[in-house]
Amino acid sequence: MFRSHILVCGGTGCTSGNSRKIFEALVERIRKEGLDKEVHVTQTGCFGLCALGPIMIVYPEGAFYSQVKVEDVDEIIDEHIIKGRIVTRLLYKETVGDDGNIKALNDTNFYKKQHRVALRNCGVINPEKIEEYIAYDGYEALGKVLTEMTPQDVIDVISKSGLRGRGGAGFPTGRKWQFAKNSVGEKKYVCCNADEGDPGAFMDRSILEGDPHAVIEAMAIAAYAIGADQGYIYVRAEYPIAVKRLSIAIKQAREYGLLGKDIFGTGFNFDLDIRLGAGAFVCGEETALMTSIEGHRGEPRPRPPFPAVKGLFGKPTILNNVETYANVPQIILKGADWFASMGTEKSRGTKVFALGGKIHNTGLVEIPMGTTMREIIYDIGGGCPNGKKFKAAQTGGPSGGCIPAHLIDTPIDYDNLIAIGSMMGSGGLIVMDEDNCMVDIAKFFLEFTVDESCGKCTACRIGTKRLYEMLCKVTDGTATMEDLDKMEELCYYIKENSLCGLGQTAPNPVLSTLHYFRDEYEAHVRDKRCPAGVCKKLLRYQIVADKCKGCTLCARNCPAGAITGKVKEPHVIDPDKCIKCGVCMEKCRFGAVIKA
Amino acid sequence: MKSLEELKALREKMRSQIDNRSVAGADETVIKVGMATCGIAAGARPVLDALLDEADKRQLHSVSISQTGCIGLCRLEPIVEVFKDGQKYTYVLMTPEKARRMIAEHVVNGNPVQEFLIGEN
Repeated sequence: MFRSHILVCGGTGCTSGNSRKIFEALVERIRKEGLDKEVHVTQTGCFGLCALGPIMIVYPEGAFYSQVKVEDVDEIIDEHIIKGRIVTRLLYKETVGDDGNIKALNDTNFYKKQHRVALRNCGVINPEKIEEYIAYDGYEALGKVLTEMTPQDVIDVISKSGLRGRGGAGFPTGRKWQFAKNSVGEKKYVCCNADEGDPGAFMDRSILEGDPHAVIEAMAIAAYAIGADQGYIYVRAEYPIAVKRLSIAIKQAREYGLLGKDIFGTGFNFDLDIRLGAGAFVCGEETALMTSIEGHRGEPRPRPPFPAVKGLFGKPTILNNVETYANVPQIILKGADWFASMGTEKSRGTKVFALGGKIHNTGLVEIPMGTTMREIIYDIGGGCPNGKKFKAAQTGGPSGGCIPAHLIDTPIDYDNLIAIGSMMGSGGLIVMDEDNCMVDIAKFFLEFTVDESCGKCTACRIGTKRLYEMLCKVTDGTATMEDLDKMEELCYYIKENSLCGLGQTAPNPVLSTLHYFRDEYEAHVRDKRCPAGVCKKLLRYQIVADKCKGCTLCARNCPAGAITGKVKEPHVIDPDKCIKCGVCMEKCRFGAVIKA
Repeated sequence: MKSLEELKALREKMRSQIDNRSVAGADETVIKVGMATCGIAAGARPVLDALLDEADKRQLHSVSISQTGCIGLCRLEPIVEVFKDGQKYTYVLMTPEKARRMIAEHVVNGNPVQEFLIGEN
């Protein structure tokens, strides 16, 4: 028994903040003090509050230390571990109550409204140690399924729970499994889509990094349900920590006989392999993903036949997203009713969102479906930094759309998001404030799809490119009002004539911004003005003569030599030379430089 | 691993590894050892080790053992505070042997060891 546990976040965010070194320093110091029998240091998955990383928690006090540096390790050991005095200077200030005592983490604004199902083990267990997963009821669901349930029972429970695909489209998981079970075939496959490509989404990555066994266990359960004996996890090669932890997890599961032949002595066989994706966005589309696993160039193919009938290597296949799988063992253990009690009528359970952009608490949050955007952005996320006004939230990545401020009270579920012109997507949620230009945002996402279109369908390959060029005209101030109408027409053309989800949804960011922020488009076109002051071609920096003291600071810092003027006299910017870098505005101490 | 029993056995074995990896719940017994300079000088460390060892031997899972700072009564160190059933018991002048007896009689059987408690000294 250990008297204290130190959990250090080993997610990608904190790792990039040097958490590995902190972990090593802790282990080294604990060993030197001879405390390794009573204090346990563990590297876990993501805690979610990435904005304040590197993060560590010391139990049993529950002291949540944020933004820890390697140099802080000695103080934490000397004070907290040896003398029992919490290092208040490093505590996440939300966890310190008015009376100076530590509040439970679940009482802080960031965690209060969260409900962790898919992320339940992230930040709790060591993902590289199967025994810890087992200590937290791991593989019990698989045992229960194999010894007490028929494959049809399993599918019935999943169907009844109302679980829908967390990859974005929201197809009912139970129904998908039923189709695959009903398909006749000797050989069937179970696949996991871990090719998370949406800009700003990192929940699948965090689950694989923090709780890889949950996915492995769920895939074995799915295999039993549909009658498969082989699975593949298709994961991006850009996720090195996830790939490493997944490989370790598979190896450990095999050593314990939880993968392989005759699992739990029931005669059920299942094994799993990893396939690395080379980073093509289109390979997140199910048919392209399977084509890629087969060893071909990742291009989609028409459906039907659906994968449940004719999938990987022409055999019946199910393909689910990482987060979907992470829910499955919990549903088996706690029951369909427990899961269905969370969320809304048509969207049960919880959803993980990756909060990013102009928001205080950047990170990973898991909330019951039906939580409003306002709760996520203000209560959990802490609102926009620097007192800026919230303008819109982008969900669903390049396939989704923008949700404007006046719809912030919409309860989030699959159907509501579709109804307001966006979509759930994998759960990236990018917050934008008044300094973001919506045309520029649409352009950003479209540039992404132009790059990532596989090129198979003309509408997508050339259509997105032309659409991008039209957006460039808008941001350059050379577009006409007719161009806006043409853009809209092209959007629908691309949607209707593309084979796969990539092309069918690529115009969504343009359509939704055109719909909700048409005034911004019109300001660019008609007034040659970018209201947010982002589009450089439409931007002019000016010096207000009354405010300028003639300190020469701007002129000395201007990299283009565009500012002239005598000492103690108002300066002037030459618009022909100005490269609009904004340095003058940053440097001016008198607020004399303005965007016009 | 070929049976559910084996999985269960492994889970039980692992439980002592994850004890104390959460904030103690209301139904848990919390044991705190004063480990400031005074406590350490008076021999709090062997007391703490004995408590951990005893809890491990007896596979006690609803017990949280940790250290705390100076309790203030330095002349009676090592001091061990036990929070059980909504009550606080302060054991003073502890030794490893006394600590083991306290676990057996108080934590396991629910009978506070009166002679070690502060009021009796």
